[in-house]
Amino acid sequence: MWSDLLLILDASLRMAVPMVFAAMGGVFAERSGVIDFGLEGKMLGGAFVAASVAHLTQSAWIGLLGAIAIGIVFSMMHAFASVTKQGNQVVSCVAINIFAMGLTTVLGQAWFQRGGKTPQLPPEARFTAIELPFAEELRDVPILGEIYYELISGHNILVYIAYIMVPVTAWIVFRSRFGLRLRATGENPLAVDTAGISVNRTRYKALVINGILGGMSGAYLSTAQLAFFVKDMSAGKGYLALAAMIFGKWRPFQAMLACLLFAFAEAIQSRLQGVSLPIVGVVPVQLIQSIPYILTVVLLAGFVGKAVAPKAIGEPFIKEHK
Amino acid sequence: MSPAIELRNISKQFGPVQANRNVSLKVESGTIHGIIGENGAGKSTLMSILYGFYQADSGTIQVQGQELKINSANDAIASGIGMVHQHFMLVDTFTVLENVVLGVESGWTLKASLDDARETLIQLEKEYHLEVDVDALIQDLPVGLLQRVEILKALYRKADILILDEPTGVLTPQEADDLFRILEELSKQGKTVILITHKLREIMAITSHVSVMRNGEMVAHLKTSETNREELAELMVGRKVLLRVDKTSSSPKHEILRIEHLNVKDQNEVSRVKDLSFSVHGGEILGIAGVSGNGQTELLETLTGIRSFQGGSIQFGAQKIQSGDKFDASLMRDLGVGHVPEDRQRMGLVTSFVAKENAILGYHRDKAYNSTFEMDETFMLEDCSSKMKDYDVRPANPELQSSLFSGGNQQKLVVMREMSRNPELLIVGQPTRGVDIGAIEFIHRRIIAMRDAGKAVLLVSVELDEILSLSDRILVMFSGEMMGEISADEADERRIGLLMAGIREKAA
Amino acid sequence: MNEKTENLLLVTLITTVNLLLAFIISGFVIWSVGEDPWFALKTMLYGAFGYDEGIGYTLYYTTNFIFTGLAFAIAFHCRLFNIGAEGQAYIGGLGVGLICLWLEDLPFAVILPTAIAASALFGAVWGAIPGYLQAKRGSHVVITTIMFNFIASVLMVYLLVNILIKPGQMSPETREFGENGWLPQMHELFGWIGIQITPTPLNLSLFWAFISAFFVWRYIWHTRWGFEMRTVGANESAAIYAGINVDRNIIIAMSLAGALAGFVGINEIMGFNHRILLNFQFGYGFTGIAVSLIGRNHPFGILLASLLFGILYQGGAELAFETQTIDRHMVVLIQGLVILFAGALENLFRPQLQALVHSIFKSSSPVTAHG
Repeated sequence: MWSDLLLILDASLRMAVPMVFAAMGGVFAERSGVIDFGLEGKMLGGAFVAASVAHLTQSAWIGLLGAIAIGIVFSMMHAFASVTKQGNQVVSCVAINIFAMGLTTVLGQAWFQRGGKTPQLPPEARFTAIELPFAEELRDVPILGEIYYELISGHNILVYIAYIMVPVTAWIVFRSRFGLRLRATGENPLAVDTAGISVNRTRYKALVINGILGGMSGAYLSTAQLAFFVKDMSAGKGYLALAAMIFGKWRPFQAMLACLLFAFAEAIQSRLQGVSLPIVGVVPVQLIQSIPYILTVVLLAGFVGKAVAPKAIGEPFIKEHK
Repeated sequence: MSPAIELRNISKQFGPVQANRNVSLKVESGTIHGIIGENGAGKSTLMSILYGFYQADSGTIQVQGQELKINSANDAIASGIGMVHQHFMLVDTFTVLENVVLGVESGWTLKASLDDARETLIQLEKEYHLEVDVDALIQDLPVGLLQRVEILKALYRKADILILDEPTGVLTPQEADDLFRILEELSKQGKTVILITHKLREIMAITSHVSVMRNGEMVAHLKTSETNREELAELMVGRKVLLRVDKTSSSPKHEILRIEHLNVKDQNEVSRVKDLSFSVHGGEILGIAGVSGNGQTELLETLTGIRSFQGGSIQFGAQKIQSGDKFDASLMRDLGVGHVPEDRQRMGLVTSFVAKENAILGYHRDKAYNSTFEMDETFMLEDCSSKMKDYDVRPANPELQSSLFSGGNQQKLVVMREMSRNPELLIVGQPTRGVDIGAIEFIHRRIIAMRDAGKAVLLVSVELDEILSLSDRILVMFSGEMMGEISADEADERRIGLLMAGIREKAA
Repeated sequence: MNEKTENLLLVTLITTVNLLLAFIISGFVIWSVGEDPWFALKTMLYGAFGYDEGIGYTLYYTTNFIFTGLAFAIAFHCRLFNIGAEGQAYIGGLGVGLICLWLEDLPFAVILPTAIAASALFGAVWGAIPGYLQAKRGSHVVITTIMFNFIASVLMVYLLVNILIKPGQMSPETREFGENGWLPQMHELFGWIGIQITPTPLNLSLFWAFISAFFVWRYIWHTRWGFEMRTVGANESAAIYAGINVDRNIIIAMSLAGALAGFVGINEIMGFNHRILLNFQFGYGFTGIAVSLIGRNHPFGILLASLLFGILYQGGAELAFETQTIDRHMVVLIQGLVILFAGALENLFRPQLQALVHSIFKSSSPVTAHG
């Protein structure tokens, strides 16, 4: 039982990673007042480019750089449309998601001709598990040693980066000059403008960071979790990350916890399949699959008030004359 | 010594509107200089150009004798200009200190920047008598203090020239006097103050020089000591103006609205209207005075069915509504309550709709406008067209998008919709906010005409002059409570001002 | 009158320019994977119009896009982003299929209205729940409709694999229902009057799509219910001021949107597949977003935009068949670009085009409303 729990938690920790990256990206964008439903597209684009570039260069790291680049390209498209051109932010996000869906499939087919799948990456060209110091030695120490060995050690580098990004994000947002300006921009852009800070430049900066994190979330999917890209492999995780961020009230640690909750729901799926539970009997696999989606709907409906979002979210900054 | 500010031939156009036309202005160092003009005369645009919010199409700006290009607020701040905006530019969720520091942080980390600023700020507060708790959250502070924070922001940025845009709109007369004392103090210490206002009283009370704007042009530069209210009013409007509204004394009839022990809480469970009771009769105008934010908005919204209430009752004619009863804005309309809301852009109009659509907003279910399924558009058009002529809405084009009308004509459109239904009770909030004098006169005449026709009018305004000139009886609200009732002939600015500040008169 | 013509010209120009931009970038993608964009264009146009079968398929796709485009547009007028037409169409099709399986022994005249009602009802429920959650609980309708797409997809797999599957068969589909539940296809209709055309899935649903578009137009702009919905969409405070029930209008708008998307089921299930199967709606819902935005959320524009995407779908299939490198998903990429340029960047060239149009109309006196 105890070892089962450890394994489930271990799996949750890993499955949460793309959502954690994306949710942190979401925190930056939305704290600056820009809606980001486009995490899904950045994740998908990042996954595709990471796998393709890693295949070509046989280097996961160059793949990661590629993913970051596409993430930034997508977030700059969003920035140009919604910040510079003051277009509708939700529409811009939907455009990016659909564009990403089309682009990855079309290029995947054109380049590799395997029905949208990229070639399998060898272990050298992907991120593989890292054994932390003394993990083997401490393995047999009850509880703490087991936790260290099973839960903390033995992940790939992106997992560690993702969880380090959480306190880093929190520090930047709440304890730095940039964070002060970022939050002010999301709450009252006019105040920021009159204080002599460019609202649009602040939003651009936030979206660059958002693109980097969005791209990394995709790279994790195709070069760490799996060793290839398949079409639509993000499967709604970008939206789940956004929901986690909203549920976490735009705060990094709470958002991370919400991501872990979604990942936990995903991790128990494989455990529940075919298992006969008391009273209900065997739960249909499809119901188990839909748990994260239903959970999202329930969480958003049940626990999130209307008034916690940054006040200026979704509003382009327009200097209107009276 | 060169003047603090010298503007030459500034012009600025927004689409078809010429907001500033060849405006020149000279402000001497260390003076308090007033700029007066009607709403839409171009004062705010001019100051926004000076503060780098807009760029002028042509013309030059000199600050302390040096010609400058001011492309952003940053440039303005760098050249020693500070601005206190009409709508405060503060982040509600930040502390006073964070707001002051925003944009002029001393380092990368927040804590170090805040620590550096704390002492300086407290020093400034002492020096200019502008005490505020530096760690208080903005959302917890009353408006009077927010203005101090804005002034502190400017001083912290080492402003020598301070521009205040309509600073007294949210203040009681006494608070306004406090502000004036602060401004005098600042000018004594060598700061230059530019005061933008449409209130003659303020110009006369505090400025040494005054410049008058009309229709985007500068029409006069005067020494305040050498002019008077009548002359300034005439310059502002371009013709003789009556500063008083002509009306006969009222002859109240039967009671139309009675509210008893009304209690209203907002969505955050904060009590906004506390145990309020009063009644309005046919043939009278009841004015409700008070500084904005003292529960008037919530009272209006409750009486018109937009907001629910938590205690007491509203009796309209034979209909009595208790708290918990189901009621909404359409029920109140059906009962015969017209409502000109405080904020026409946010509530009174759908600016993306054409005039004829806005002319039926709230009455769109009326049989006259509908057949079984579809709306009777021919009738809507004719009806709107004739009403627009009657209420002098220009241009009288029912197919024109509402956002394209001027502020005054938008307001006339709302007034037209609500008055033309001939309601038993008209509830009016800030009827002349942001409206030119011509429209003000028109709207005031119409309100009095309604009263003379025996209808009841409930008027809420933060413009004390408006309350004084229209009302037959005046109630003063402070912090959701009724402070007292004064009849029109006994009312004066000082008495009402004290009540507005929450100071009750001693029992006689 | 002049103002209206000027506006129409401007809107047409803006739309054309935005579309051109999307196509130029798509052409660039085609070129970058080593194909000739001109060849691609010719192939697509030939595929869509070159022969009667192509035309039939083009119009059959058009039918679906009219429904999903209207489903996005009607919610959009209430300022709701209905990204859920995909799931609403899927569930709508379930309703149609169940009716046709259940009532197959009854005459066509009974089945048809019942099936239409069922498609509307099932779709409406799938739209109304996110609408309800938006109105009453404040959950963002974009996220919930996306989640409902996923949930619909999982639900349909469950139903088709475990419950509705035709016994003794591997693929998760129901049995084919009786011919009483088949909507006549165009080639049959033409056959009755003696004209022979190649059989295609195109069926009577196309006319139902036209009728729906007409009613949506009248509803939005010419009824008091549409007036209320547009008021809620344009200014919620003004709606409350006017005594309009905001929550109810949100739920109604999402229900109507769902019902319209549900009609895809009539075209797909009754008109073509004659059984319930997996993913019959695939991609149509998302395409509806692009269709509505390029059609400026107006039923007439949606008709034109649906035809355009019908051409892209059918022509894209032809192109994918002709070349090895270009996938059918090219059309998804184009959709993304169209949404970007026609939706989020619609004002990219507005100032320039406005100036252009204005100079054309300069002779007539402009209306000045300021002052």
